[in-house]
Amino acid sequence: MSDLLVMRGIVKQFPGVRALDGVDLDVRAGEVHCLLGQNGAGKSTLIKILAGAHQPDEGTVTFGGEPVRFAGPIAAIRAGISTIYQELDLVDGLSVAENIFLGHEHAALGFTRRGQMNRAAAELLGRLGHGEMRPTIEVGRLPAAGKQIVSMARALSHDARLIVMDEPSAALAHDEVGNLFRIIRELTAQGVAVVYISHRLEEIREIGDRVTVLKDGRTAAVGLAARETPTSTVVSLMTGRDVEYVFPPRPEPGSHDNRPEVLRVEGLTLPGRFADVSLTVREGEIVGLAGLVGSGRSEIVETVYGARKPASGRVVLAGEPVRPGSTSSAVRRGMGLAPEERKSQALLMDESVARNITIAGLGRYARFGWMDRKGENAAATRLVETLDIRPADPRRPVRTLSGGNQQKAVFARWLVEDRKLLLLDEPTRGVDVGARAELYAVIRRLADQGVGVLLVSSEVPEVLGLADRVLVLREGKVIHESDARDLDEPRVLDMIMEGSAL
Amino acid sequence: MTDARASDGGTPADARAAGGDTPMDVPAPGGTPQGGTPPADERARVERQARAARPAGPSVLSRVGQARHLGLVVALALLAVVGLVTTPESFATSSNFVSILALASTIGVITVGMTFVIIGGGIDLSVGAIMALASVWATTLATQSYGPVVMAVCAILVGTGAGLVNGFLISYGRMVPFIATLAMLVAARGLAQRMSDRKTQLVQADNSAIVDLSTTRVLGLPLLIYIFALVVAVGWLVLNRTTFGRRTYAVGGNPEAARLAGINVRRHTMMLYALSGLCCGIAAVIIMARTTTGSSTHGDLYELDAIAAVIIGGTLLTGGRGTIIGSILGLLIFTVITNLFILNGLNTSDQLIAKGLIIVIAVLLQRRSLETRT
Repeated sequence: MSDLLVMRGIVKQFPGVRALDGVDLDVRAGEVHCLLGQNGAGKSTLIKILAGAHQPDEGTVTFGGEPVRFAGPIAAIRAGISTIYQELDLVDGLSVAENIFLGHEHAALGFTRRGQMNRAAAELLGRLGHGEMRPTIEVGRLPAAGKQIVSMARALSHDARLIVMDEPSAALAHDEVGNLFRIIRELTAQGVAVVYISHRLEEIREIGDRVTVLKDGRTAAVGLAARETPTSTVVSLMTGRDVEYVFPPRPEPGSHDNRPEVLRVEGLTLPGRFADVSLTVREGEIVGLAGLVGSGRSEIVETVYGARKPASGRVVLAGEPVRPGSTSSAVRRGMGLAPEERKSQALLMDESVARNITIAGLGRYARFGWMDRKGENAAATRLVETLDIRPADPRRPVRTLSGGNQQKAVFARWLVEDRKLLLLDEPTRGVDVGARAELYAVIRRLADQGVGVLLVSSEVPEVLGLADRVLVLREGKVIHESDARDLDEPRVLDMIMEGSAL
Repeated sequence: MTDARASDGGTPADARAAGGDTPMDVPAPGGTPQGGTPPADERARVERQARAARPAGPSVLSRVGQARHLGLVVALALLAVVGLVTTPESFATSSNFVSILALASTIGVITVGMTFVIIGGGIDLSVGAIMALASVWATTLATQSYGPVVMAVCAILVGTGAGLVNGFLISYGRMVPFIATLAMLVAARGLAQRMSDRKTQLVQADNSAIVDLSTTRVLGLPLLIYIFALVVAVGWLVLNRTTFGRRTYAVGGNPEAARLAGINVRRHTMMLYALSGLCCGIAAVIIMARTTTGSSTHGDLYELDAIAAVIIGGTLLTGGRGTIIGSILGLLIFTVITNLFILNGLNTSDQLIAKGLIIVIAVLLQRRSLETRT
């Protein structure tokens, strides 16, 4: 096999940070080449250079034997490189078909040929195993997994020779990941190369051919065999550590039984999302919700928090009912939420780390509405230190932080004041292995201080390893509840997938 | 737009400046055109070098912010140089200085409110109409019979009330701000016409205390300029030093994140429009003082000047970022241009073209500074 893509000595400098400092990458036609690295290692910058969104300051890119320099994303697409970004770049108001063919519509004399486009879109969706998706439906009405499929179809529509996928599985449930892999294998069999970025090592082992590891803007290892290289080697190349998941120790089973209930949910129902959900969280207890995308897990958490209004049922916090549909009342009563989509739901990207931390507890640093800026900065500095947010500068714009550190900033927001209950929705999504262990430790430490935690994660091992008690959800219903130690991954997977079409 | 300005600009000070009949042909100390320019340019150059020399650290953001204001100050300085060169005998006079500030004060107060609304992710097209309505309401015979204090309170209450209606429609009626305030623009102007029967209502002699705001001077400046300064100062403090200001940035920058952080986004949005209405009420008091009238034609197209000033000042129309100081500098640039065109006896149409160009140039320059930031 020949090298389809050769990148040599790529350097990219941003104001204040050298994002790439001499990166090499070789990708062969027909292979799945995995790109591994912690957050901030330079993966995103590298693929943006591939996609033509950034231009390298130094270094050469050779694609299909020719030296190339993409002036912009269109040039890269024309050359045959399609990129599926982590934050899906779709237009919510357009239909599935219109999104797939955005920028290269089937048209005659400037009029789009909708019938033809819809048929072509249906065919592409069929190839992706989603023939049931209607090409005319508005993209904004699709769930995250559906949007992922549309992005894939768009990449396919360009007849790309190289497809870059930035964490494609992050928004997908287990069975959909299997489907994704089937599509990838089909593509590579046709000679298309795939650059695959993921934090899930087991996925890389399953789908990948070779692995390139980035660390601090440099190439730490090139072209390792994906299946044969031991996990410990890969992890230590990324981090210098030899461990993958480190869960903090749990208290004895049943040790929470006599503690007061922080949260009691009774018969909570939101039609079309979940029905008759009841659960409790006790002081100091971590309760995990396991389920597929669309099982209602995020919606339950958001409803408890008041971000959605339930049709029936009630939420009781520390013995008193919570006003439904009011986040401000939830926060006043002592709840905190780390939402699923960090960037769009939690962070003020233009603001500093400090301001992101204090935004939920402004009242604490104010007298009659007047900000005590010294007190505010002191608290932010203290929390940055407590959670070891790096770089340890609270004045830094939060957008310049890596995913793990951004998530810590979101956590810090709820440590400003004492919380009774923390709702954590996918707390480690897009967070690298090292930072995960730190987040796990922080979550357990909070629980040990008496905070009740309701945890949602699409990664079953995470729920099983971190939670004390686990509720398994399927299609909006709680189908099982037990101590986390009595469950293992295959059993939980069995339960959540039983009955779902495979 | 200029017609409206010329009609409100009818105070003695304005007339004097426009006519240029104050024979103060002695330039201000050190105010020769050649002597005035180099320091400003020199400072800009030195600062630029200093900025380039320093390593790009964590406070890049704040430094870009300073640079943005620096650009506005430089632009203002350049305009001053133009004034000194073209009309040296009338530009650098204290009476012209006062007339520029008096001209700026009405829209200036409105601009403060507009800055809040735009940082909060909205837009208020109804400001001019609300001001007109407030001025008419406060100058009806019924209101005037209660004296000047009640007139001022009435103007402010009417403005705040209209702003609250805007806010309510937008927050709880889930209307798009553009549409809701457009409706208010039309309706408030119509109501003002109805109440005044399309006649200009004079402030009566008993209530001359209102007019005194423009004629009484303290330290050489009319009182209404102090009102303007006070509104700017309070606006700055509220935006930068209070939880309300902090929440305004959050609500405009990422409404969903603000909501999930426990901020009552709807109530806050409503209060932003009420604040804008309040500023319109204060502006109505100023316009009554300057023109001695209340009229349904006051403030025509003020919304465009106010929005332009906010945008030139570096506030993002998408919300989440912006400053009061920038908006006021933007407004002063606009006002000085108006003044220069009047002093030079130039066509008001050309003035509009120049203003249009300034908006475009300002936004282009800001985009460049935004790009270097990321």
